[in-house]
Amino acid sequence: MDKILLLFIFVIAAFLGRELISKVPSQLHTPLMSATNAISGITVLGALVVCAITVRGSLGMVLSFIAIILATINVVGGYMVTERMLGMFRKKKENKD
Amino acid sequence: MVINIAYIIACVLFIMGIKKLTKPQTARQGNLISAIGMLIAAAAVFFENDVVQSRSSADWAQNGILWCFVGIAAGAVIGLIWSKKVKMTGMPELVALYNGFGGLASALVAFSQFHNNPGGHDIIGLTAICVTIFIGAMAFSGSMLAWGKLSEKITGRAIVFRGQKLINLILFLAVAAVSVCIILPGVEASVKASAILILSAISLVFGLAFVLPIGGGDMPVIISLINSITGVAVAAAGFIISNTALIVSGALVGASGVVLTLIMCKAMNRSIANLLFGGFGAVQTSSKQGPGSEPKSVSAEDAYPVLEAAGSVVFIPGYGMAVAQAQHVVKELAEKLMANGAEVSFAVHPVAGRMPGHMNVLLAEADIPYEQLKTMEEMNPVMPVQDAAIIIGANDVVNPAAETDTSSPIYGMPIIKAYEARTVFVLKRGKGRGFSGIENELFYMPNTLMLYGDAKATISALSGQFAE
Repeated sequence: MDKILLLFIFVIAAFLGRELISKVPSQLHTPLMSATNAISGITVLGALVVCAITVRGSLGMVLSFIAIILATINVVGGYMVTERMLGMFRKKKENKD
Repeated sequence: MVINIAYIIACVLFIMGIKKLTKPQTARQGNLISAIGMLIAAAAVFFENDVVQSRSSADWAQNGILWCFVGIAAGAVIGLIWSKKVKMTGMPELVALYNGFGGLASALVAFSQFHNNPGGHDIIGLTAICVTIFIGAMAFSGSMLAWGKLSEKITGRAIVFRGQKLINLILFLAVAAVSVCIILPGVEASVKASAILILSAISLVFGLAFVLPIGGGDMPVIISLINSITGVAVAAAGFIISNTALIVSGALVGASGVVLTLIMCKAMNRSIANLLFGGFGAVQTSSKQGPGSEPKSVSAEDAYPVLEAAGSVVFIPGYGMAVAQAQHVVKELAEKLMANGAEVSFAVHPVAGRMPGHMNVLLAEADIPYEQLKTMEEMNPVMPVQDAAIIIGANDVVNPAAETDTSSPIYGMPIIKAYEARTVFVLKRGKGRGFSGIENELFYMPNTLMLYGDAKATISALSGQFAE
C-alpha cells in the first residue's frame, strides 16, 4: 500500500484518539493505561507474520518468537488486569435502611 | 481484502471500547469489546497471503506457524498469572513492565524483519525500521529502569550528574548518524546489518539516560510518556509490514499517552521539557525553612473528639497510603465516620501516587464507591466548609507554598487546598521532608495537627476510638 496513505491513516487515528481520550475521567486513568497496554500488544500481528514466514531456527525467527511472547503478555495481561480493576469500581450501594 | 475488513472491524471495536471507557458504568463492557477486536485481528493475521503460503507448505509443523502458537500460549499463561497476582498497589510497576514489553516486541519485529532480508528494504521501509528500533528499544530500557525505581529495587530518587544533558545530546546525535547510515542507499547490506546492532545498543542506553534523572514524584508523567512512545513504536512497526491495524492502534495508544502526559504536566504546572531535563526532586531544596517552631503533634486519642464532632470529613490520599497499604483501614474509618453522621469524601489530586489514577484504583479496591471520589476541581470550592481534612501520605499536592512562595520549586502547581479545612490532620511516617525535599508550610499552620507513624496503624487507632 502507498506509504503516504498509511501516514494519512496514522494522523487521522491520532487525532481521533486525542478526542476520545480527553473524555476519559481521571478516576479511570489507570485502567485506561492498562487497556492501552493491551492494545499496543497488537504488535503481536507483526511478530506473527514475521515468525510464520521466517526460516526455522534463524535469528529472525527466534527474535520474532520472543516478540510474540512479549506482545501476548501485553494483550492477555493488559485486558485481564483492566477487567480486574474495573470490576472493583462500583456505585454506591442503595441505602439499606 | 477480507483481511483488511477484519482489521477495520478490529479498529472500530478498539475505538468503541475506548469510548466506553469514558464512563465507569460502561468501562468493563468497553474493555471486553476491545478484547474481541484484538481476537479478530489476531485471527485475521493467519490469513495474510504470506502466512497462508507458509501454512500450506507440506511441512507446516516444521515451520514458524507452530512456534506462533507456542509463543501465544506462553505469553497468555504469563499474562494471565501476572494479572491475577499483582497487588493494586503494584499497578504502576506492572504498567511500566507492559510498556517495556510493548516497546521491545515492536523493536524485535523491526529487527527480525530487517534481518530476514538486509538488502531488500527501500528508504521508507528502512526509516520505519530505524524509528521502530530506536523508540522500541528506548521504551524498553527506560521502562525497565522506571520499573526498578517504582519497585524500589534501585533508588527512586532522581539521579543527576554533571554533563548529563550533553551525554543525552551526544547519544541522540549518534542515533541520528547511525540511522542515516542504515537508511542511505548504496551502503553495503553487511554494513547496515552491523549498524542496526549499534543502533539497538545506543537506543537502549538512551532509554536509561532518559529515565535516570526522573524522580519518584514525577513517575506519573514518565509512565504516561513511555506509554505514548510504545504506541508510536507499534505504529512504526505497522509501517514496516504495511499493516493498517497496527498503525491505527499505535496512533490511538500514542495519542492516549500524550493526552495523559499533558494532563499530568498541567497538574504539576511544568512543561515536558522542564520535566525531562530539569532533574526535579534531586537538587532543589526550598530556600525557605519552616518557622522555628515544631509542628503540633497529637495522638489518635487527641484527634478523636474533633472527628467525632465533624459533620464533614475529606480524605486526601497520596503515595504514602499506597506504601502503607492503608486503603482498607481508610475505608473502615470512613464507614465509622459516616455511621457517626459525617459526610465523607475523598479528594484525589491528578498526580497523587505514581501513575495517573493510582489513588482511584486503590480506593476502588477498598470498595469505596466512586461517587465519593472527588477531583481537585470538585473539592476545592467546598474545602472551607469541611470540618476535618485527613491527609494520608500526601505532601506536595497539599503544600500551600505552591500558591504563596514564588521561590518554591513547586510554585504554580495546582493543589488541593487542605489548609482551608477547619482542622487538618496530617498522617506522616516521620518528621522528614516529603519526596521532593520541599518544606511544607501546611504542617506549621495553626489548624494543622500531625499524626506521626505508619499510616495504617494510625488509621486503625482512629477507627478503634470510634468502636469504643
